[in-house]
Amino acid sequence: MSKQLVGKPLPRKEGRDKVTGQARYVDDLKFPEMLYGATVRSHVPRGRIRRITFEEGVPWDEFTIVTAKDVPGANYVALILNDQPFLADEYVNHREEPVLLLAHADKYLVEKARALVHVEIEELPAIFSIEDSIARRELIWGEDNVFKSFLVDKGNVDDVWAQADFIVEGEYRTGAQEQLYIECNGVVSIASPGDGVTVWGSMQCPYYVHKALIKLFDLPEEKIRVIQTETGGGFGGKEEYPSMIAGHAALLAWKSGRPVKIVYDRAEDMAATTKRHPSRTRHRTAVSKDGRLLGMEIDFVVDGGAYATLSAVVLSRGTIHAAGPYHCPNVRIRSRAVATNVPPHGAFRGFGAPQSIFALERHMDKVAATVGLSPEEFRRRNFIREGQTTATGQVIREPVDMEGLLARAFELTDYAAKRERFAAENAQSRVKKGIGFASFMHGAGFTGSGEKYLQSVVGAEATPEGRVRILAASTEIGQGTNTIFSQIAAEALGVDYDLIEVAKPDTGNVPNSGPTVASRTCMIVGKLVESAVLGLKQTLVGAGLLGEAYDSAEFSRACQRYLEKYGALRSSSQYEQPAGINWDDEKYRGDAYGAYAWAVYVAEVSVDMLTYEARVDDFVAVQEVGRVIHPVLAAGQIEGGVAQAIGYALYEQVVWQDGRMQNNQMTNYIMPTAADVPPIRVFFEEVPYAHGPAGAKGIGELPMDGPAPAILNAIEHATAVSFRQIPLLPEAIIEGLGV
Amino acid sequence: MSEGNGKVTVTCTVNGLEERLEVYPMARLLDVLRTELRLTGTKEGCGEGECGACSVLLNGEMVNSCLIPVLQVEGAEIKTIEGVASAEQLHAVQEAFITCGGAQCGICTPGMVIAALNLLERKRAPDEQEIREALAGNLCRCTGYTKIFEAVVKACQSKDEGE
Repeated sequence: MSKQLVGKPLPRKEGRDKVTGQARYVDDLKFPEMLYGATVRSHVPRGRIRRITFEEGVPWDEFTIVTAKDVPGANYVALILNDQPFLADEYVNHREEPVLLLAHADKYLVEKARALVHVEIEELPAIFSIEDSIARRELIWGEDNVFKSFLVDKGNVDDVWAQADFIVEGEYRTGAQEQLYIECNGVVSIASPGDGVTVWGSMQCPYYVHKALIKLFDLPEEKIRVIQTETGGGFGGKEEYPSMIAGHAALLAWKSGRPVKIVYDRAEDMAATTKRHPSRTRHRTAVSKDGRLLGMEIDFVVDGGAYATLSAVVLSRGTIHAAGPYHCPNVRIRSRAVATNVPPHGAFRGFGAPQSIFALERHMDKVAATVGLSPEEFRRRNFIREGQTTATGQVIREPVDMEGLLARAFELTDYAAKRERFAAENAQSRVKKGIGFASFMHGAGFTGSGEKYLQSVVGAEATPEGRVRILAASTEIGQGTNTIFSQIAAEALGVDYDLIEVAKPDTGNVPNSGPTVASRTCMIVGKLVESAVLGLKQTLVGAGLLGEAYDSAEFSRACQRYLEKYGALRSSSQYEQPAGINWDDEKYRGDAYGAYAWAVYVAEVSVDMLTYEARVDDFVAVQEVGRVIHPVLAAGQIEGGVAQAIGYALYEQVVWQDGRMQNNQMTNYIMPTAADVPPIRVFFEEVPYAHGPAGAKGIGELPMDGPAPAILNAIEHATAVSFRQIPLLPEAIIEGLGV
Repeated sequence: MSEGNGKVTVTCTVNGLEERLEVYPMARLLDVLRTELRLTGTKEGCGEGECGACSVLLNGEMVNSCLIPVLQVEGAEIKTIEGVASAEQLHAVQEAFITCGGAQCGICTPGMVIAALNLLERKRAPDEQEIREALAGNLCRCTGYTKIFEAVVKACQSKDEGE
């Protein structure tokens, strides 16, 4: 009966539609009488709206115009703190903040009209840096410009400084990064007071949009329907922002009585939507002369932009990951997410962890050098082991073998030999070579009590054709949700992969399985898929329609017979936290994540001393992510994440001027191309996780965490200069080398 | 050929079918394909010729259709992603993209398939460097390109086996 489908490289469920161009993305949708919407935005970083005027030049009476006054319900994007308006009413707090909406049947005329709307704003002083925000040079949010702060306190760090043989300090910074999904944000909406609001769009989290629209329109939940269209990449950039653009299209549709489409062009998407939080991390580390970590004091700050959005949770993940996969008896991490007058920063793969892990893994090399140990020997002496505790006091109960991962990564890269050879050869060569690594972990699922509060639900039903359909709001955004859910379901039932289908996420039809974020889709939602389909089987067995042994065809016939007899066959499964996971929200202590993925990544680089360009020549990623459900998709996640992180480290610089991204084009915001990425070699150790489907853990965000510090560690090996900030462009290398 | 409303008539062949289009002369080929002909497989990623999502073959040459004013395609032969597979039979490149995991979110895939086809029509068995260069005008944010390179290599192999 067992098909052993887990671990097999089965064809992607929607693969055929994607390679033939038949897959329907939001901009491919067209409705009769449809209007095109556009957004008029603030041109100042902070100020008070005085007047809005409409210059002649278009037939204004043909336009639908929406301002804050037209909002039927509450004018805020419901998320955590509800401080961000859909449309600015009196005050604006960042450049590109939405002020007014326009719609017209002629797409070109809408663009012309947008330029003819003049928003007069009395400018107020604005702040753009973490330092200015902390110093309260202007008070722009709440009582202290702080959206959220955390304190993680383990042992007593104050007592360690006196007994330390070395105290090592360092400051590290990371820049903003654009998600740069190739499909821009977009939605189509149909809305009316009678029928309610329907939205089709490119998104990760249909129920986030659903929640936001309920408040915006003050309608009961059954009057709001959100349908995900095929989504051309998300990476976090379509976690919270779709609520905003969906609200805008729906407001225009509500007022005009006609379908309205808003699809951003690239320039608008880059300038106006969320990016990765810039960060500053300060480390102070006490270490003994034999290289044992005695105490770590970490100050971690992220720039949240003008509104709270998801900053509190980004900060939380960054904070918890800040001390990494090491055992240290005394740790204090203070962290803050602060406000500045730039468009709100938001979710992006890794969600705070790439920032704090960059700092940590650069700093660990510095500590090792201070003590006089190699980076690897210093880490070996401090790697966390089963039974030891993390910074939050979480006892690691799963088998963890960081040393084993390190050894394998070194063997695969011939690390030791290269480390010596490059150092010897660099003196004579124009192109300096280096090799470096980072060791790290990434927690899967929501932090702390998050999954318990979410209470995610997955459904499964039998179709009249005798197939099994999975009902979940978890979206396919390229990572392979449809495929792995089908594998997990088919494996659990012992039926063919082709017998399983996955319903399109539509809040009118699928339960809330939670957002598609936080490396939770496989581990958390996949487990619910497994139990939901087993519920179907149980019902069939209970009804006497299915025996102990059966094949796919028999299972299918049993489903059909059940439907003939009883009308419908459905089952659902709700998340229950595995026993032994305890988290204290107040003290920020306990089991921060149900499981962690563990990894060691090695980067080989060259730095050209004529052009000052750094490039990655080879990359090896070794990780333990539990059981691998689909080897090709899993490797694809790692390869894609590594490439994105290479961009983060070396190429992708957001150039800010007065709170606005100046290089908001693919021409001058440079992401890696096929010619830039090195061979990315991916290796998995598989240690099954007891509470994951077929033993799987989370994987999606992990590869974003390690590459940047590994690359900069390698660049230090090549150049003997310790760079502490990313992105590291040639200009910064010139400056660092003191040329 | 002017219609008086500013539109002109452009005749061209798209995926083997002759089309007579009433269009604004400076309309982008991308928009004409997507809106007039409803060939929505060709995607817009950047609108400035950087990402390659809108790649099509114009008289056998790969172009970014977002940069081509439609007036320029008078009398031309155009192939879009919709013209790559024949009836039920996928092209070897498309099969390889599925097998090797070359398509993730799929938004760059039509352009990437066109770029791969364009390469394979010029080079029977490209080496890795040639594949990298041929695809460097098509951006993918999901795959890190590794699986796409594998797909191109596999497509070459299956093409050879088929011959």
